[in-house]
Amino acid sequence: MFETVIRWLRGGHGSKDIGKSRLKLILAYDRTEISPEVLDALKEDIFLTISKYFDIKEDDVIMNISKSDDTVALMANIPILGMKKQTV
Amino acid sequence: MDSMPGKSFVITSGKGGVGKTTITSNLGTALSLHNKKVCVVDADIGLRNLDVVMGLENRVVFDLVQVIDGECRLKQALIKHKKAEGLFLLPASQTRNKEAIKPEQMKDLIVRLKEEEEFDYVLVDCPAGIEHGFKNAIAGADEALIVTTPEVSAIRDADRIIGLLQAAEMYDPKLIINRLSMEMVRRKDMMDKEDIIDILAIKLLGVIPEDEGIIVSTNVGEPIVFVDNSKSAAAFKRIARRIEGEDVPIFGEVEQEGLIARLKKLLGLDRKEQQNV
Repeated sequence: MFETVIRWLRGGHGSKDIGKSRLKLILAYDRTEISPEVLDALKEDIFLTISKYFDIKEDDVIMNISKSDDTVALMANIPILGMKKQTV
Repeated sequence: MDSMPGKSFVITSGKGGVGKTTITSNLGTALSLHNKKVCVVDADIGLRNLDVVMGLENRVVFDLVQVIDGECRLKQALIKHKKAEGLFLLPASQTRNKEAIKPEQMKDLIVRLKEEEEFDYVLVDCPAGIEHGFKNAIAGADEALIVTTPEVSAIRDADRIIGLLQAAEMYDPKLIINRLSMEMVRRKDMMDKEDIIDILAIKLLGVIPEDEGIIVSTNVGEPIVFVDNSKSAAAFKRIARRIEGEDVPIFGEVEQEGLIARLKKLLGLDRKEQQNV
């Protein structure tokens, strides 16, 4: 209430906070912009690591950067065909 | 003059129209007032403007591309500013395109300016964008100065530039916030320096207040640093002192208007405070 009165007296819209939060969201997206080559390299590395423990097929591995309203996440879908026999 | 090697800066932003050329011109002038030999280089090949902003357009004979192609000597292309002792301009070519030179050639040119011509400071005015012209402009730079205005679009592009500079192994760029209006900050319609630093997470080198005098100074082709009582001139001079290694506090760079000043403005008594060139 008090702030609204101040804002009215100053003749502003207080748009700064809107701008700042929009910008933060835009940058969260921008900063996770990943090139297809990098994503492929990551996919390869993850496949190699996981295949030490599980039976998986490289062609089945699906990986994406998923962006929703306020989060950015790496989504991976890797169907497991079976367990690997552990040597340790 | 000492034998310390010179230092080169690239003034860059990503977004166009945020004040790179104005800042290059005025920072160069302000540094030359410290008895330093300064070269401002226009790297915006095909769209040269630094000469016009500095009022040197009638004295351009040779340009940067001609120097690189060996069509003239480096000394021949350097234009000495008449009013600022030690300030020189190396103009861009207006008729060629940005592919006319390679980053390696730019790098060599900057080294020659520092070593052969013994410049203390070389300031490279980078073209807008992130393509070939950007890569040329950053090639010979020891440090990067990123210019932004307190707008969402400009800050976004500045963030992108910070990423591209990192990829080019330039890890410590400094930020200059241009055209900050304390009036708008006070009524919460503009991001303040703290907001912008919070988002971009790089070091702040200085803040330049919004100033109508800039348009006047580019109309007449004279750096605003020469204008007394100019708010922005004072800011440019403070930035130059920081580059020179002085400890000049950022706080109070853009003075918050006091109650008296606000009352004067309200009553229309502030007209005499508006500066003329």
